[in-house]
Amino acid sequence: MTEKANSVNKVSPLLLVMILVAFILSLIALYIAFDSLATQTEALDAYSFLAIGFGGLALSAYLLLQSRSKPKVLSIELPRVLTTIECPKCDFKNIRDFQRDDYIFKKTDSCQKCNEAMTITAIYREEKKKN
Amino acid sequence: MFMIPQVAGLLGGGDNIVSLIFQLIFTGIFVVFMFYGQRVQMMVMIREVESHLRRLKFIKDDGRKVAIDTIKEVGKLNGDPSERIDQFLEYIAITPQDMDPSGIVWKLDHILDVRDTRFKDEVKLMAPAADETQLNNLENTLEAAMALHSIYKVIRHFYLLGKKTLSLYVIMQIQMVLPLIMQQAEAYAQALRAFSVGQPIGDGAGPLVAGKLMQGYETKEIARDIIVAEVPIEGRTAFILKAKGPGGNVGKPGEAISEIVKQKKGKIVTIIMIDAALKLEGEKPGEVAEGVGAAIGGPGVEQFKIEEAIVKHKIPLNAIIVKQDLGDAVSPMRKEIFEAADPVITRIKRLLLERTKEGDNVIIAGIGNTIGIGQ
Repeated sequence: MTEKANSVNKVSPLLLVMILVAFILSLIALYIAFDSLATQTEALDAYSFLAIGFGGLALSAYLLLQSRSKPKVLSIELPRVLTTIECPKCDFKNIRDFQRDDYIFKKTDSCQKCNEAMTITAIYREEKKKN
Repeated sequence: MFMIPQVAGLLGGGDNIVSLIFQLIFTGIFVVFMFYGQRVQMMVMIREVESHLRRLKFIKDDGRKVAIDTIKEVGKLNGDPSERIDQFLEYIAITPQDMDPSGIVWKLDHILDVRDTRFKDEVKLMAPAADETQLNNLENTLEAAMALHSIYKVIRHFYLLGKKTLSLYVIMQIQMVLPLIMQQAEAYAQALRAFSVGQPIGDGAGPLVAGKLMQGYETKEIARDIIVAEVPIEGRTAFILKAKGPGGNVGKPGEAISEIVKQKKGKIVTIIMIDAALKLEGEKPGEVAEGVGAAIGGPGVEQFKIEEAIVKHKIPLNAIIVKQDLGDAVSPMRKEIFEAADPVITRIKRLLLERTKEGDNVIIAGIGNTIGIGQ
């Protein structure tokens, strides 16, 4: 069961302005850093600006991607439910997907091997294997 | 120009324009958080509640849709049942006044009976072509949809109240319990699907054991929606009872046990009750445990009736429980829970051998919803 999401995600203009400001400041910080490194002045400051510049760039890119990404598709996971049918005479066993009107202890079709009426002996859900 | 030395140091402390801008930003953030920290925290919480509320609305709407589709498919009603279902989802049952608690159990029992009858009548009107099993399953489906509807409304109430009053504490209390509520809602969403097609659920562990024990024996209805079979086990006469399946039903086991005790004039040596019970985190689903007392959930009316019936004749009451969490209890039965039925039967036989003599009368009651489990 899923719900279709809008293909275009609305982004707040304020958020876009904030991302833009962060992006410009990051570029300026990077410019100062490279300028300081090139002129060999204030090396410690240059590395600080370098870190701030790259950090700011990464953050603004992340925020931009997040704001443009499609919203999560809502869904309800349904487990697979199995029905076990057994022949009381020859122990022939058949496991199939659950069908409406199945219930435990229900007498059902006759056995393929001995023609005896078979019984639903189990109905349970199949657990997903954890990786 | 003002400056915070630590911040200035962090940013290089230079005297250029960028350093100044960074200083301003940091100072601004500091001031905003000093005065509006709580407001910001509240906005974060409101956003979190909002996202959960969106999920709850989706689950609730999906539940309503499944209920409508099932009623249309099974009931073959001419026309659209949506309006009637929407009215049904808003049903309320007002509990009796408890200022004078004397006799409250019977009052509550009556209210629950009226509610049950009313539900059944409504479902019959909505799905005239449905048989008894389908009617019970539809009733369960609608009850699950009702639970989802009510969870959504309560969370929405606190969310809107929090936004309206801008009170951190209103939002905080709902935000703290939300993970548990979401777990419950997801469980009900699974339950609704299981009920709509009649799949056995984890709560059916008790009726499954009783059904296995009474296989091949004649059954009769002893109380409303409860059947009993007289089965010889280890030389004892066991009155095995369970709710009448395979429709979604819990019946009135309290009335059934009282009736058997009355019919046998108190000559019942022991009663063994089997039920699903909530496990603690860390415990395995399908684990079996034993004890004494009435193993039965619900509003307490049936437990009261059982205790009333046995105390007069001092009949020992034994309990065997199959552990599971809430999600397992209302969603399609796990394999571990299904497989717990045989160890439970072994324990019942051991209990009978240890606690009773040959020729004794005993009652074995499989408690729980018997949906998807016949007899």
